[in-house]
This record gives sequence, structure tokens and C-alpha cells, in this order.
Amino acid sequence: MDKIPILRMGNFLLVTIQVDLYDRLALNLEADLVQMVNKTSAKGVLIDISAVSIVDSFMGRIIGNIASMSKILDAQTVVVGMQPAVAITLIELGLPLKGVHTALDVEKGMNLLKSMIDDSDEEIEEDDFITE
Amino acid sequence: MMQVVREQDVVLFRNRVKEAAVKIKMGLVNQTRLITATSELLRNMLRYGNGGQGLIEIVSRGRDNGVRVTFMDKGPGIADIPLAMRDGYSTGKSLGLGLPGAKRLVNEFEIKSKVGEGTTIIILKWANG
Repeated sequence: MDKIPILRMGNFLLVTIQVDLYDRLALNLEADLVQMVNKTSAKGVLIDISAVSIVDSFMGRIIGNIASMSKILDAQTVVVGMQPAVAITLIELGLPLKGVHTALDVEKGMNLLKSMIDDSDEEIEEDDFITE
Repeated sequence: MMQVVREQDVVLFRNRVKEAAVKIKMGLVNQTRLITATSELLRNMLRYGNGGQGLIEIVSRGRDNGVRVTFMDKGPGIADIPLAMRDGYSTGKSLGLGLPGAKRLVNEFEIKSKVGEGTTIIILKWANG
């Protein structure tokens, strides 16, 4: 059975999708990622789709699901590296991927994740201060 | 003519469509539109028609070349085609973008369906369309 590897780097989980996904593989990735977020208490998930040439409505829905599921487990998701042709097709298809953070490349995506997590850390620190 | 009965067949079939598109020098954006539409329709065929057959053809009109893909299944058929073509309508749990979305991505879209007999969908994308 094929599997998409999930790498852990500090507080983040990294996924690089290098193959064209069929449905079962995408569903497994969704389940694996959400479990990994829970197991590792990851704060951020970065999904690199620069090698993906096709994102159809199913795949788009999986990406949206991963983002919403991670969100309620207190992790942010950033999708990076979408090819321009894929972006055009997604909009024409009618799937604007609302609620999914994106960045142009892995580096920008990491920075975005870090800034999002720093923001939420600050909020927590403030809360601690108030309780003290 | 290619059988599409398993999820993995979708990836293979999409690759065949891509080869045809590359052969007629279709641009990358149009290729992506065509392959995405193909992917939507293949998924429908698997989910609602219990799989079926696909046919990929290269067609010409004057100087323009195009790829025509035919999807045929012997599934339950679609009772109300205008309803099925509506954005957001789905009998399954999907987003209901498959048929209307696929139609937006190609130049020609033809759907024929008979309840109890099956559904045939033909799409066509011109290289420069």
C-alpha cells in the first residue's frame, strides 16, 4: 500500500506530495496527518503540493478537511507551492479553498506558520499573566 | 477504449489524457483544465456508475486540434440532468462540483443518460480553446 510520508520538524509536520493522489491515498493522508497532529502535539502542518499537477474537487476537499481538522486540534495548516495552472483550474471549477492558508514556497510557508504560532503563543502568555 | 473500475485506474487514465494533450501541443493551463475535468467525470463514473469505460480521441477542426474524451457507464443513470448539472447538488456526500465544474473547464460538454441503462458524457477541449 502506498503511503505519503509525514516528517516531523520541531513543532511542525511536513508533507510533500510527490505523486498523483488517488482517493484512497488522499483519505489515508488525511487520517494519518490528523492522528500525527494529535500524537506529536504539532502546532503547524505544511503541505507542499508543488509536484502536484492536478487538484480536483475531491483532492481540494481533502486539503480543506485537513486544515479544518488540524485547526480544531490547535494546529495551523499552510499549503505551499501550488502551480499557477492548478490555481486557475480550482477557481474555474468552483473551489476557492476558503479557510486554507497558502504560501508560494516552503520557506514562505514556514515563516507564515511561525508567525501564526507566535501570535497564538503571545495570546496565551497574556492570559497567563492575567491569571497570575 | 480503457476500462475504469478501480481508483488507481483514474491516475492511469489521466496520464493517457495528458499524453494526448501533449501530443497536440495543448498549453499547460488547458491541459490542467482537461485533466481535472476528466478526473471529476472518472470519479463520478466510479462512484455512481460502478465504473465504466473511457475513450480518448484526438480530433481536428481546421487548424485546431483537440482532445475528446468519452465516459460510458452502465450505472443507474441520471433522472434529472438539469438538476445534476446544478452547482452544489449531490446525491452523494461530495461538494456537487463534479458535473458543472467539469463543464466549465472544457469547450464542449455533452451528457446523455437513461435511467436504468447508464450515462454517457463526452467532453472536448481544443488545444487553443
